[in-house]
Amino acid sequence: MPLIEIRGLTHIYSQGTPFEKTAIENLDLILEQGGTVGLIGHTGSGKSTLISHLNALLKPTAGTVLLDGEDVFATKASIRAARFRVGVVFQYPEYQLFEETVFADIAYGPKNLKLPQEEIDRRVRQAAAFVGMDESVFAQSPLELSGGQKRRVAIAGVLAMEPELLVLDEPTAGLDPAGREDLLEKLFAWQKARGTAILLVTHDMSIANRCGRLVVMSEGKIVMDGTPAEIFARDGELVSIGLDLPGPARIARLLREQGVAVPAGVYTADRLYEAVLSLWRGGGAPC
Amino acid sequence: MLKDITLGQYFPGDTPVHNLDPRTKLLLTVAYIVALFMVGSWGGYALVFAALAGVMALSHIRPRALLKGLKPLVFIIVFTAVLNLFFTSGEDVLFSWRFIKVTYTGLERAIFMVLRVLLLVSGTFLLTYTTSPLAITDALEKLLSPLKKLHVPVYELSLMMCIALRFIPTLIEETDRIISAQKARGADLETGTLPERAKALLPLLIPLFISSFRRADELALAMECRCYNGGQGRTRMKQLHMSGRDAVAFALGGLLVAGILILRKLGI
Repeated sequence: MPLIEIRGLTHIYSQGTPFEKTAIENLDLILEQGGTVGLIGHTGSGKSTLISHLNALLKPTAGTVLLDGEDVFATKASIRAARFRVGVVFQYPEYQLFEETVFADIAYGPKNLKLPQEEIDRRVRQAAAFVGMDESVFAQSPLELSGGQKRRVAIAGVLAMEPELLVLDEPTAGLDPAGREDLLEKLFAWQKARGTAILLVTHDMSIANRCGRLVVMSEGKIVMDGTPAEIFARDGELVSIGLDLPGPARIARLLREQGVAVPAGVYTADRLYEAVLSLWRGGGAPC
Repeated sequence: MLKDITLGQYFPGDTPVHNLDPRTKLLLTVAYIVALFMVGSWGGYALVFAALAGVMALSHIRPRALLKGLKPLVFIIVFTAVLNLFFTSGEDVLFSWRFIKVTYTGLERAIFMVLRVLLLVSGTFLLTYTTSPLAITDALEKLLSPLKKLHVPVYELSLMMCIALRFIPTLIEETDRIISAQKARGADLETGTLPERAKALLPLLIPLFISSFRRADELALAMECRCYNGGQGRTRMKQLHMSGRDAVAFALGGLLVAGILILRKLGI
């Protein structure tokens, strides 16, 4: 059984007022246990609205969200269960920090789960270790940390809830390139170690191309769904809905436009290198 | 969601009412409120109701939007009605049971008071529905500018109001975001005893305070970067202009007040 199954989801904001806006229209999506999924789309394509449905923060205007085959809005208990089983890290999560110490802030989620103190302790230490926070900062105020560290504490706060699906909305926005790489590596390492599913919302294609599966949204609908190779092979469509291509795919596209027979679906530097090399050896390339 | 609150909300539009000078609308609203308290008969209320319906039709505000705004006032309206219904003394008793006595005067007064509250609130809603908060602030500043002679800091007050109004939607959005984020971490805001619920608000209030201070800092910095140094000698990008339309509005407002006074005199 898939972990999450969304059927015919529609969400309309401010229904019945002049500000009425359809954010998501009749959307179907299945998310399996484990694996990394990238959700990409232009600003305003409905990505953020979609993820708020996964942990029952928003109630669908129409359609259902099934978690393990059960409607998340069935009862109060099922709503609460969804909050804990699907961990969502929103954009700029550092603004949600509020506790007096880093430790207490990471422990906020597990505490709401009503876990025993030793278990909370274990989870906080483990989550902090995963995001690379040293235990020496546990007693500090989270507000005294640097921006990048605050972000890690906030993410650790959700990791400590040990969700089955971790959703991150633009987790690397506003970080420098080194911080971005570092955070991504840690998140993917966490995913591998625990075997949970990760849904990464991003419009940074260099992040998207590391996911096992990509889902592309445009104007409240899913327009493409497949492996990065399949998605990036449809480069023309991606560009037409206002999305970028990863650097290597952009080069491949330019080469193709110049008449060089680089195969479609080349999106990593390694594959581009191989493709160009084989063309070179085969004597097919004029350059 | 918090976003759906309609109290004091502005619905943009391009109608004769929207396009009136905000000063006109503000003055007419004040006149309307004063006139409403002079109404003392069924005919008067009918006239005011007709005027209100006319303005609503002109401004394309749907009655449903207005009713939604009136919802939070149900308690006050019921309270007013009950108070007037049972505590008005008079001889013409309609109905009595033990110590409860309803008089015809009381019934009439209760209906009048409810009508008055409804019409009063609806009138002011029409002002806020058709005039952006910034335009209202502008109009207030202009109308109060004679007070500058008395060293009332009119400009500073209106700037403060402007900034406060400007940040209401921002703060609502921020609150929404923080609520979502804390709920995602399992915060339970709906159940529990009162002290528990008050405690559950801390994870919302602390980040909200921090971000408000941060925003205030950023705003001050941005204003200083653009050489803001007080209101002295500042000009406006959008000047307020009275036009023929405003003259018509004043004339119609005058007619309404005159009509109310005549009906009062005639006792209809």
